[in-house]
Amino acid sequence: MSKMIPDSLPIPAGLRGVASDWAADKQAFPVPWGKAMMWIFLLSDTFVFTCFLTAYMNVRISTTVPWPNPSEVFALRIGGADIPLILIAIMTFILISSSGTMAMAVNFGYRRDRAKTAALLLTTAAFGLTFVGMQAFEWTKLIVEEGVRPWGNPLGAAQFGSSFFMITGFHGAHVSAGVIYLSVVALRVWRGDYERKGTYETVEIAGLYWHFVDLVWVFIFALFYLW
Amino acid sequence: MAYVAIADRDVHLHDPQTFVTKYIWSQDHKVIAIQYSVTAIAVGLVALVLSGMMRLQLGFPNTFSFITPSNYLQFITMHGMIMVIYLLTALFLGGFGNYLVPLMVGARDMVFPYMNMLSYRVYLLSVLVLRASCVVPGGPTGAGWTLYPPQAVLPGTSGAGLGIILMLVSLAIFIVAFTMGGLNYVTTILQARCRGMTLLRLPLTVWGIFMATILGLLAFPALLVSAIMMILDSVLGTSFFMPAVVSMGKGLKYDGGSPVLFQHLFWFFGHPEVYIVALPAFGIVSDLLSVHARKNIFGYRMMVWAILAIGCLSFVVWAHHMYVSGMNPYFGYFFATTTLIIAIPTAIKVYNWVLTLWHGDIHLRVPMLFAIGFIFTFVHGGLTGLFLGNVTVDLPLSDTYFVVGHFHMVMGVSPILVVFGAIYHWYPKITGRMLNEALGKLHFWATFLGAYAVYLPMHYLGILGVPRRYYALGDTAFIPNSVHDVNVAITVAALVIAAAQLVFLFNLVWSLAHGREAGSNPWGATTLEWQTPDTPPKHGNWGARLPVAYRWAYEFSVPGARSDFIPQNEPPEAPGGREHGAKP
Ligand code: HEM
Ligand SMILES: [Cu+2]
Repeated sequence: MSKMIPDSLPIPAGLRGVASDWAADKQAFPVPWGKAMMWIFLLSDTFVFTCFLTAYMNVRISTTVPWPNPSEVFALRIGGADIPLILIAIMTFILISSSGTMAMAVNFGYRRDRAKTAALLLTTAAFGLTFVGMQAFEWTKLIVEEGVRPWGNPLGAAQFGSSFFMITGFHGAHVSAGVIYLSVVALRVWRGDYERKGTYETVEIAGLYWHFVDLVWVFIFALFYLW
Repeated sequence: MAYVAIADRDVHLHDPQTFVTKYIWSQDHKVIAIQYSVTAIAVGLVALVLSGMMRLQLGFPNTFSFITPSNYLQFITMHGMIMVIYLLTALFLGGFGNYLVPLMVGARDMVFPYMNMLSYRVYLLSVLVLRASCVVPGGPTGAGWTLYPPQAVLPGTSGAGLGIILMLVSLAIFIVAFTMGGLNYVTTILQARCRGMTLLRLPLTVWGIFMATILGLLAFPALLVSAIMMILDSVLGTSFFMPAVVSMGKGLKYDGGSPVLFQHLFWFFGHPEVYIVALPAFGIVSDLLSVHARKNIFGYRMMVWAILAIGCLSFVVWAHHMYVSGMNPYFGYFFATTTLIIAIPTAIKVYNWVLTLWHGDIHLRVPMLFAIGFIFTFVHGGLTGLFLGNVTVDLPLSDTYFVVGHFHMVMGVSPILVVFGAIYHWYPKITGRMLNEALGKLHFWATFLGAYAVYLPMHYLGILGVPRRYYALGDTAFIPNSVHDVNVAITVAALVIAAAQLVFLFNLVWSLAHGREAGSNPWGATTLEWQTPDTPPKHGNWGARLPVAYRWAYEFSVPGARSDFIPQNEPPEAPGGREHGAKP
């Protein structure tokens, strides 16, 4: 193919690379279809979460009643002392660890280590399941003990409960979907489907999704709990 | 590990065996395209009938007892929503996108045909839910296609219970369907082109569909989020969008929400949506003009960059729909500026279309008539857009018939003309037969002149201050009697143009059996879809071997060439022959 940018122009190599990708025939990026599609989907999903979080922030600054203090609401009473945000801290730790096991699964996938890949995928899914379980515990505590409802709560602005259930619910649904997704991939790894296909790219694609869900949680954590 | 591109791979396509897998649960992009198009046109006809009823009421108030004020509002809402989303978006992307993308880029199918099939099924479901909202108790929502809260969920509005909920659910389902299809179109265009088909050799149709799909993937999330939040407001009684409201002397349960937030979310989707229907139209019209003027498109690269620029800019102009919403007035300054900036790439495209016609060998065949008609209506709608984009000019015109005239010109009539042009253009490829030329010309002139007869007077009404979304004007001092006469005239014109569409439908059906045999390339077009071994193209599109692209899509009237066009897949005659496209 002819050059997009003449050599004589002082343009950094990276930019040249981008330009030649775009001028290539057959494919713009040297990645499998599924991976390209997952990236594009995640871009779209980023917009979904961005809209949720922006809407939440807007509601939070414009509400007429004071916002409850998250570090008090989300404190756990352990051994007679209130420890702020302890549950969320553990949940965050678990989710981030699961990204680690996921990355290892991808690595072992490319080394064609069927057993370890499947085991690590299942570990990741188990971490995810733990996260969802702890979230269920947190929801129950808020609903039963604190009396928080989507439409109102005794602690302050009604939008606190609305935003909380909506955003963590939407994220929790992503995690749950991810758990199912990872389990299916783990099963296929175990059966040797990808061995026959000759590539473990599906593991990596599932990994992209999982890391994304983790990353989103970091933003929810920062903007909802730490603000 | 290097990845093997489709053009170098033995792909195994699923082979349809029975009637059911061939035509009903088909994974073939061409069949899915037809399914999408037929469904979209069918709901579009509902919207057309609704507009006829609205016009009857406006032209002859107090005559039709079956149109009540709340019916009227339900009609506008359904009409607007169907036209914008379920007809135009679905038809351009699900219909034309599905049919043309794999053929034009030289692929055998979309990258994930199964997901593509699901996309249509889910779209069909969204249409069914939308239709269901019309028969539930309370009827469909009458909130206007913008669905603004608080009124959309308050009891005074018709369809405030189930109607609005089903509308929002249907939109959410539509978004899921769109996402499944859209991911396919984008990935196919980026990753599954045939050998030699660089991005800068793609026909502009593909560029338009590509950018529109990206806009959809990034803009529909805002609609999804606002739909979810409004469903919660309506079902669970949350107050995201609902301020404290006193209704009939009673305070409602809502408190502290922000209606303006909804408007921001809605228009963050809503403005790009305008370009989701406009960009495919831009792309298609570029190709129609070039083919039927036997000339290369003027400024191909500039056209591509303009499409990209319009796409990016369309995300930073949304609040020009909100000048009267009570948002911070300084926003108006910013958004008026960006709105005027986006006019620049748009104007470039218009100049390039006109310059493509300049000294061309113009064949006034039906698709060309529609394409030229589009230039007129689009320039018209674009110019009135400049009025509405400026805050001070918009304030008195906002919510009047001037706005109705403007957006019908720019996103109603213009894309619809392109849809017609495109159908006349590609019907021969899809069915193997030509549409009847005389009926086509009749259809064009009735539609084109009729559109002016309907929408031009609306601008005048708007300048007089006639408000939109009014059931009847009654006796109001500032509205002169002439307004009523104008309204009668508009209604008559609207009914005539609606009837003219029957000619088109008849033509579509009649030509299926009686049209002239088209042959494989009746217009002498260069793009790959006209070079398939079979017409209509068979499953897998290309027979045994995928095509190879040697040149760009606009090789018309090349001096010294054997015929007046050179298909994209024709190899250069001598080694080192002139190649177009990717060269700087
Ligand atoms: C025969 C063709 C058409 C006629 C006669 C027609 C007529 C009308 C009328 C009378 C209204 C209501 C104005 C009001 O009371 O405020 C309306 C609204 C609208 N129309 Fe059309 N229309 C046609 C085609 C289209 C098309 C092709 C589109 C596609 C974009 C479209 C989009 C809309 C929208 C978005 C609204 C606003 C609805 C609302 O206010 O919520 N229309 N149309
Ligand atoms: Cu706009």
